[in-house]
Amino acid sequence: MTLALPTRTRRARLSTAAPSRTHRLSTKARVGALICTLFVIAAIVGPMVAPYNPSFQSFAPVDILHAPSAAHLLGTTARGEDVLSQILVGLRATLVLGVLTGAIATVLAVVVGISAGFLGGVWDELLSLLSNVFLVLPALPLLVVLIGYLPQRGQTSTILVLSFLGWPWGARVIRAQTLTLRSRDFVAASRETGERTWRIIFFEILPNEVSLIAASFVGTVLYAIGTSVALAFIGLTNFSQWSLGLILYWAQNGNALQLNAWWWFAPAGLCVALLGTGLVLLNFGIDEIGNPRLREATGRVRIDGRAWRPSDPTPVVRSAATARAVER
Amino acid sequence: MSADVEPVLEISGLSVAYRSAAGDVKAVENVSLALRPGEVVGLAGESGSGKSTLAYGACRLLRPPAVITDGGVTYRGRRLAGRSVDILERSPAELRELRWREIAIVFQSAMNALNPVLRVRDQLLDVVEAHLTLGRQDARERVASLLDLVAIPRDRLRSYPHELSGGMRQRVMIAMALAVDPEVVIMDEPTTALDVVVQREILGQIVELKQRLGFAVLFITHDLSLLIELADRIAVMYAGQLVEVASAHAVHHGPAHPYTRGLLNSFPSLRGARRELAGIPGSPPDLRSLPPGCPFVPRCAFASDACTKLDMVLRPVPGASDQGHVSACPFVLPGAKAPGRPTEDVSEVAS
Repeated sequence: MTLALPTRTRRARLSTAAPSRTHRLSTKARVGALICTLFVIAAIVGPMVAPYNPSFQSFAPVDILHAPSAAHLLGTTARGEDVLSQILVGLRATLVLGVLTGAIATVLAVVVGISAGFLGGVWDELLSLLSNVFLVLPALPLLVVLIGYLPQRGQTSTILVLSFLGWPWGARVIRAQTLTLRSRDFVAASRETGERTWRIIFFEILPNEVSLIAASFVGTVLYAIGTSVALAFIGLTNFSQWSLGLILYWAQNGNALQLNAWWWFAPAGLCVALLGTGLVLLNFGIDEIGNPRLREATGRVRIDGRAWRPSDPTPVVRSAATARAVER
Repeated sequence: MSADVEPVLEISGLSVAYRSAAGDVKAVENVSLALRPGEVVGLAGESGSGKSTLAYGACRLLRPPAVITDGGVTYRGRRLAGRSVDILERSPAELRELRWREIAIVFQSAMNALNPVLRVRDQLLDVVEAHLTLGRQDARERVASLLDLVAIPRDRLRSYPHELSGGMRQRVMIAMALAVDPEVVIMDEPTTALDVVVQREILGQIVELKQRLGFAVLFITHDLSLLIELADRIAVMYAGQLVEVASAHAVHHGPAHPYTRGLLNSFPSLRGARRELAGIPGSPPDLRSLPPGCPFVPRCAFASDACTKLDMVLRPVPGASDQGHVSACPFVLPGAKAPGRPTEDVSEVAS
């Protein structure tokens, strides 16, 4: 069910973008979607189009710490590795980690949030307590300790740890929204018509929260990418798998900043920043889909060549009316 | 109310349309209506007939895609000293001066029109301070006296809207509308959400305040029987057009237009004999493509072929007791019986 819903909203979004409808996605949302799409494409095809093996080291003096050139578009590292190849390969790991963490944490958030909000009583107390405890845990230090002590430092353990620390924000928001939805008349009506509890939860309440859940997902992906890069930067990562964070780790390790080798760390840093920007912009767009009032607030209407704000007085367009009357 | 007093608000030939991809929805079409000082004009009609669009359009409060496509709205207040103002020509800043100070509105749902997180006093103070230059103490005194006007105890000033009953909230809205002594008050179904007892109480208060303060009221409602008690004149709208304008007495005792009769039959009168209620069959027409002639034809018991060629203008009703009685239907006279539905005539039973 949770998997089927996002596809439905995506279809709805496509139809709203069609010119027959009056509203379109805002520029912000479209820029965000474009950035995210580009990164997803890069993550899919990146390892295939990477010009070199990212781990191939060449100690020929020409290849060491070389500024961007035709042979190495983004230059080389202190060990003669190609930075562009590292980024193209590393993007996939970073993105997969972000999306998987987002998915697991969002599922947890939805389950805990909706159960707490809808069931109420002792369940609400218990689940709220649980999410509050997770909320006050200082995430990064805990992650450092956990990942530092886990038997294997890999992608999987990072995803699991980030997921288990990343769900309570979403859960609290979803719980609050469920609480307000639970007391609405349409839920009371569906209970009155004899719908089962699970049906009320999944067919009455959940569709009303799709945009919230999507926003929570995108937010968690952003959190996961940021945190994983930070963890990798301080060396808590799998060194055999390239990711944006690992590039930054090696750059820091190799004193790239002191050596003025900007091409070593700037591209990876920009990728993280751009990806974050894209996700935030995408989140604005999801907000507008779920909350039509946001759309209206900025939406201008074009009437006879002039854009009217909602706060303008009712336009008077006499000439157009007579012109139309003549046409008939 | 004599007809020669200059109207304080005059709507002439106003047309309002909602622009949509599928064409204009003509919500108000060529409507002329005058509101004289101190007069209560009732605007009646079923949902979607354009009553609210007419009133809000005349104040230019409708949001785009609503557009005014034709007509004029003239305002002549006492404070303007003989000058008249064309509302359709004014700039947003000039309109802001006019709004509330001259033309105030009591909105339909008091629950939504009051800000839930501000105390009643602060909301009233906002209005007073926005339009009058008063000292803090004077403004507070004025706000307190406003609550006296609508018979709410002064200790309620510190209340939040949710602490007031529905009737009290509506009265606060009325007090707010009267806060800066406007000449015209538009009331958009102010009593619809209230029970009949509170409704009568508030209506009584409106009448009393009107007599004391001398403002004119444009009262929008779908409840014709209520207007008969409250209004001086009643304008009946159907499908965005006026179909009948007459004094309340004339509407009660000799309604001319078949639609007015239908409306009268849909409501029990507050006083008077028991009678069987009858609705109006069918539903309102599509405002994007009105049929030629009278829009009421498909639902009218009197309909004939001539109706589809009818020019929709208001004509004086021949032989009416009220000089200003006009109707868009030249075929049906007051008291005429509908073919095939003889029990429908209200005037005999109700009077």
